Amino acid sequence: MTPLIIIVCYLGLLLALGIISSRSFRGTSKDYFVASHSIGPFLLLMSVFGTTMTAFALVGSTGKAFERGIGVYGLMASISGLVHAAVFFLIGIRLWVYGKKYGFVTQIQFFRARFDSQRIGYVLFPILAMLVVPYLLIGIIGAGKTVLPVTAGAFPDLFPNAATPQWAGGIPVWLTGLVICGVVMTYVFLGGSRGAAWANTFQTIVFMVMGLVAFVFIANSLGGLTNASKVAIQINDQGEVVQPYRWDAANNQLVANDPPKVVGRIIEGENDTAGSYSPRPLLSRQVTTVELENVNKKTGEVKTFTREYGMSTWMFLTYLFIPLSVGMFPHLFQHWLTAKSARAFKLTVFAHPLCILIVWVPCVLIGIWATGILPPLDPTKVSGVLGQMVARLVSSPILSGFLIAGILAAIMSSLDSQFLCLGTMFTNDIVIHKLGSGKLSDRQVILIARGFVVGIVTLTYLLSLVAPQNVFDLAVWCFSGFGALFPLVFAAVFWKRVTKAGAYACILAATLSWFYFFAKSGFGSELVLGPGIMPVAVCFLISTAALIIVSLMTRPPSEETIKKFFPDKAS
Amino acid sequence: MKNNGWIVWLGTLALLLLHQDFWFWDNYETEVFGFMPIGLAYHAGFSIVAALWWGAVMSFAWPHHLEALAEEQEEPISTQRP
Repeated sequence: MTPLIIIVCYLGLLLALGIISSRSFRGTSKDYFVASHSIGPFLLLMSVFGTTMTAFALVGSTGKAFERGIGVYGLMASISGLVHAAVFFLIGIRLWVYGKKYGFVTQIQFFRARFDSQRIGYVLFPILAMLVVPYLLIGIIGAGKTVLPVTAGAFPDLFPNAATPQWAGGIPVWLTGLVICGVVMTYVFLGGSRGAAWANTFQTIVFMVMGLVAFVFIANSLGGLTNASKVAIQINDQGEVVQPYRWDAANNQLVANDPPKVVGRIIEGENDTAGSYSPRPLLSRQVTTVELENVNKKTGEVKTFTREYGMSTWMFLTYLFIPLSVGMFPHLFQHWLTAKSARAFKLTVFAHPLCILIVWVPCVLIGIWATGILPPLDPTKVSGVLGQMVARLVSSPILSGFLIAGILAAIMSSLDSQFLCLGTMFTNDIVIHKLGSGKLSDRQVILIARGFVVGIVTLTYLLSLVAPQNVFDLAVWCFSGFGALFPLVFAAVFWKRVTKAGAYACILAATLSWFYFFAKSGFGSELVLGPGIMPVAVCFLISTAALIIVSLMTRPPSEETIKKFFPDKAS
Repeated sequence: MKNNGWIVWLGTLALLLLHQDFWFWDNYETEVFGFMPIGLAYHAGFSIVAALWWGAVMSFAWPHHLEALAEEQEEPISTQRP
């Protein structure tokens, strides 16, 4: 019950912050959408970092490290540190300059002006919205899966939870999602982009600090860092997957399993080449395929499933295309535009890789250690690994409450920007564009944006009840779509010769190829091609080829457009 | 940025190559500070190098010409239907 009280207090604090930020609201649509370009370096760093790190960073990274091991850090985190900072510096600053000079508040306004095409907005809007919605779902699902194990047993009569008996009495996923959506919607509704930036900064500090605190407490529970590193599952000489230790919940201590507990075995044939298999499969990236067993404690039923530890070199290489997605995130575009000056970007570009390091390394280690503590979990349940580790290993209910508040902070710091961004795009790129400029007062514009925020929150929440449940895989599909569209923004800021027709070809090629692979995956499961190639790499190459070929075959953009967007080269 | 652009692209490409650390791919034995697998420690170090790299880039390749453009008078472009 104590953790729940702390979580409720935290959510109350956020609502208060939303109300306070609304007092700084200047009443103009520009202030609601881009905070009148008033955000300084620290707030920009925290809001940009908080926006890019969602449930994916805390809940997803821990779950994926539980499935594949240490390689997850290089796969997503260290490459993101390099590529995100590159995108902020090479593209973000340019877009901020164009936004400030030409008065853009949305990404679509930039593309309309750059490609001298009004219709491109109507093509892009549904695509961008379609890709942002799964991103929102990641947060809502991740929040629910984190709170459920921590609150288990608190309300046995209200939530008997027959589907997962071990978490009976816990706050169900649907209720957490509902509360989270309500809180985020309220402070976005009231404070707009300034409210989101303030809330993001507060929440980013909370989740970074709490992530480190969780790491320290979990490591201490496992007997210190050196001892914790021995806890992960191993493969013995007989090819059996074993847990050398177990968590004794009655005495709150780690005890050795003698003999080690067998939870699975390597699959003969899959591991017969290239030096056989890794005895400590989570500590390297060598591919080791195993069959794991999960025993249902209530029914005694044994469920088996296959798991691939490590990752192929092709998968590691082609994941490079995923972090490029930040260049096309419409909500990040909006955050960039809130910056006070180009120099405000400096701290973000430098510190972003370090912030990723601070958040991801502890999560990846916790995920690896969890393989020795928790039973083997199938892919639909790995999103709950962090919550389960906190629930089992952190005995203080007060601390558990703060840690869960930290996880929710990470999740909500992305949700707010995405909700706001969809409202901003709908209002500016569809409604105002259709009606024509000057037909609506600022007050009416803000009213429409707020109305759309309420609508999209409701729709997203309903979708979260039926969406696939693996947070990491769903996120990767969302990022893949934005990554496939990256050539569009790159060409828009660096290639004078790109044409309107080339832009349409790029959008069409990216969307069709992405949808083909998404459908092939069964709409949200993990999919790799051939030796481990990520679909995003293929989509990226197809969209790039379409953009270049069609641009070269069509008439170059006007000299007037080039002068606007390439002033240094044209003058 | 205009004159030093090639250094930025070349340095970033070199870091992308260093990211593919196939030399630690199957090393499960070495643990840095007694708890961190070498494959993870390498990439943690890579994150620090990435931060330092972009810090350096901003000192020698800052886009002053773009900054000057932003300081000019705003010229809103109407992207709304005429």
